[in-house]
Amino acid sequence: MTEVLNWFTDPLQFEFMQRAMLVAVVVGLVCAVLSCWLTLLGWSLMGDAVSHAVLPGVVLSYVLGAPFAAGAFIFGAGAVAMIGGLNRTSRVKEDAAIGIVFTGLFALGIVLVSVIPSQIDLFHILFGNVLGVSDSDIRQVLGLGIPVLIIAALSWRTLTLYAFDPTHAHAIGISPRMIETLLLGMLALTVIVALQAVGIVLVVAMLITPGATAYLLTDRFSHMILIAAATGVLSTVLGTYLSYHLDASTGGSIVCVVALLFLAAYIFSPSQGMLSQFVRRRRAKSSIDDPSRAGRPDPSLAED
Amino acid sequence: MNRSSGDRVDVSIRDVRVSYGGTVALDGVDVSFAPGLVHGLIGMNGSGKSSLYKAMMGLVPTSSGTISLFGVSPKEARKSQRVAYAPQSEIVDWNFPVSVTDVVMMGRYGHMGWRRHARADDHKAVAEALARVDLEDLSDRQIGALSGGQRKRAFVARGLAQGAELMLLDEPFAGVDKKSEATMTKLLRSLAADGRTIIVSTHDLIAVPALCDRVSLINRRIIASGEPSEILVPELLTEAFGGFVPQEALQLAKAPA
Repeated sequence: MTEVLNWFTDPLQFEFMQRAMLVAVVVGLVCAVLSCWLTLLGWSLMGDAVSHAVLPGVVLSYVLGAPFAAGAFIFGAGAVAMIGGLNRTSRVKEDAAIGIVFTGLFALGIVLVSVIPSQIDLFHILFGNVLGVSDSDIRQVLGLGIPVLIIAALSWRTLTLYAFDPTHAHAIGISPRMIETLLLGMLALTVIVALQAVGIVLVVAMLITPGATAYLLTDRFSHMILIAAATGVLSTVLGTYLSYHLDASTGGSIVCVVALLFLAAYIFSPSQGMLSQFVRRRRAKSSIDDPSRAGRPDPSLAED
Repeated sequence: MNRSSGDRVDVSIRDVRVSYGGTVALDGVDVSFAPGLVHGLIGMNGSGKSSLYKAMMGLVPTSSGTISLFGVSPKEARKSQRVAYAPQSEIVDWNFPVSVTDVVMMGRYGHMGWRRHARADDHKAVAEALARVDLEDLSDRQIGALSGGQRKRAFVARGLAQGAELMLLDEPFAGVDKKSEATMTKLLRSLAADGRTIIVSTHDLIAVPALCDRVSLINRRIIASGEPSEILVPELLTEAFGGFVPQEALQLAKAPA
């Protein structure tokens, strides 16, 4: 028993692990909260696009000595604007517009890294390095992550209204365009927060999987946010421990954990899981064979 | 019942044109809708029913013409919570994690502050709306766990909670069985009797005579408007449906209900 406990407590004597845990918790929480709306809206490709598109912004920030969040936000927001513009002004479909813009910006970032002599470790940007975060990194994570959480707490009903029925929002005088802009801004900030932990390539996993996992487990939005938050924090914290003990990539470990949690929900969810669907099919089949065992249909579902 | 409302007109649409790229969706639509009545907007798919709704809600720009709702612009009418829209089933995500109560509460959001925090009068309005459409017992259900007819009534309840005076319903009888259709007809007639303006778009003519006080045939412009018995005649239906009049519609026109 103490061994299990030590597995969790021993690493925390190191200051770098304490910092890593703080960042892991914030990243897990912020990504998970946002992932609920992204999942419901089908915006996973958009999340992937914004995360890749920030690379040139990160590189230029290092060159100019600016905080990397500034450059990242400019390029993240710029990518969103370009995708929207391309979509409105040409016959190119949205998924193509997203693909063109984000790969173009990502490629620009890679070219910049390769030609500009600097201290930038491309590997850390692409795959995250939560075990090596600096004080200024922590300030950025907290300074951006906490405002996103506060905005989410204050406007979650409005965001959900937009995700469910934007036409109704419009009909009652609430601009869907404004809500969409708010959500895209939150997305850009969240991507920057998450870069620290999992890196550009794997950010989208944290932006989708916690929400998708929760979606398989509940029919209530308030529960969905809580389950997603638990999933997100559990995977970033557990992933960070695994990475420490196995001396493995942190970003990779975190995303493996969250993928396994999703798999567990996919198989074992009481309402949506493969296992319960299999059991229900078996029961339905046996009740056809033996009519006396047939369940009565739910009377409240009958047409009236 | 408040069958006739004299000369009052809530919705006035004059010479409205809407086009998407090179495609003309509405080509000079002239029509008005009086309060206290159920109006049918009848046309085939692609006839401009949805475009007219979108124009009335200010969702698409009009290239010419005027739309006046309660004497003000669509934007003003939306701001004052007077317009409600019940979408077609196909565009609703029925797996969305919201309960029936959550959906109806969204009708109140325009009355609330920016945090959308419900107060006692919001809860009261939601409870009354759910009672009116007879869904109180199912209010905790996830929205997709309702039958076709119940789903439609949940969206009507959202408009009631909103306090809308103009309700636009898009194909409310699609995927609904006969019994639910009768329940819905009764409900919409009683809502109109309170003085609301109810507009129902449909390509299903069977439900129309029992439901509608007035009908308008649309095929990019208004072919004809008036009492169902005057309008649902083979010549006009042929014009509206471009020669492909549904057989049951013609039978309906021959045999007055």
